[in-house]
Amino acid sequence: MAEFRLPKNSRVTNGKHFPAEGNPKNLKTFRVYRWDPDSGENPRMDSYDIDLDSCGPMVLDALIKIKNEVDPSLTFRRSCREGICGSCAFNIDGTNTLACTKGIDEVKGDVKVYPLPHMPVVKDLVPDLTHFYAQYASIEPWIKTDTPAPTRERLQTPEDRKHLDGLYECILCACCSTSCPSYWWNPDRYLGPAILLQAYRWLADSRDERTGERLDMLEDPFKLYRCHTIMNCTNTCPKDLNPAKAIAETKKMLLERRG
Amino acid sequence: MSIQSPLARARGLGSAKDGVGHWWAQRVSAVALVPLTFWFVFSIAAQAGSGGDAMIVWIASPVSAVLLVLYMAAVFYHSQLGLQVVVEDYVHHEGLKLFTLLALQFANILLAAGAIFSVLYIALGGGR
Repeated sequence: MAEFRLPKNSRVTNGKHFPAEGNPKNLKTFRVYRWDPDSGENPRMDSYDIDLDSCGPMVLDALIKIKNEVDPSLTFRRSCREGICGSCAFNIDGTNTLACTKGIDEVKGDVKVYPLPHMPVVKDLVPDLTHFYAQYASIEPWIKTDTPAPTRERLQTPEDRKHLDGLYECILCACCSTSCPSYWWNPDRYLGPAILLQAYRWLADSRDERTGERLDMLEDPFKLYRCHTIMNCTNTCPKDLNPAKAIAETKKMLLERRG
Repeated sequence: MSIQSPLARARGLGSAKDGVGHWWAQRVSAVALVPLTFWFVFSIAAQAGSGGDAMIVWIASPVSAVLLVLYMAAVFYHSQLGLQVVVEDYVHHEGLKLFTLLALQFANILLAAGAIFSVLYIALGGGR
């Protein structure tokens, strides 16, 4: 059955408070989820008072400042700091988004940072995305053709190319999938919005020759039809994409082929 | 604990190659229920205070009887399709899931048969 309380050893406690040094005027408190698998302790919320006058404008700037200057044990993923790698996806101020594109001034009150919801936690803000990536591999996200390769590029009209807009921009940060209640309850079998958007990216590609096979693979009560159009995915996407629409288009294609 | 590869776990038992029929039936029954529900609510409201005999006359009239039978069929069909999805979403124990799905299916068929029989019984003059 669905679980409504966290297991005893997962309940979050109040952690340490790190006050700012000196007497800064422009203070903001960051409350960050901490969990160390080696300590055997429950997860806790540590709070850090940060002087915004000596900090960059984004939530990621503050996390990096905490790691560099206050608490080097804080663990999180980050790389490009410009919203293209998808590494620094966290639940910030109650919504899944990228820390590098989320302005600190967008958050009223304390900035609460949790790992992406309902995923196994490796440490602190780092979720285990192994299954998410395996689900991506399972949809075989590459072009499949039977026509022998041409001597030049595979051509596509500008109109056909337009069908990939709003799909190819997905950076697989997992914000949408981990915001989806259907993915929370059935992550083992439901592919989730991110993977379904990626699957549709290949259904929508005029150069791909295995559309029917791809639809066969997706037509499943759990892989696809766990989507109940809750729309959290579209609401949370830090790249302003619309996974719910991609899923609806996939359902339309399945209906169309049925006649 | 299993040492299956992540890809094997993600692929699982593969695709059922089924689901579009269920999804479409749920939409069709939902669309049918919109006018039927309006008709039902307004008709019942119009009968308010007119007494049991007038109600029986109304149910027995051909248009009401046919629409009531269709309404009952659509209600319990849609209810079966929707509740099945709820159980699949939330019940993860295979045995309990199977039991709940069977119980729901039997309950919905029983309720539909009972409701439709009641309308026909009155419409065809039973008990009079």
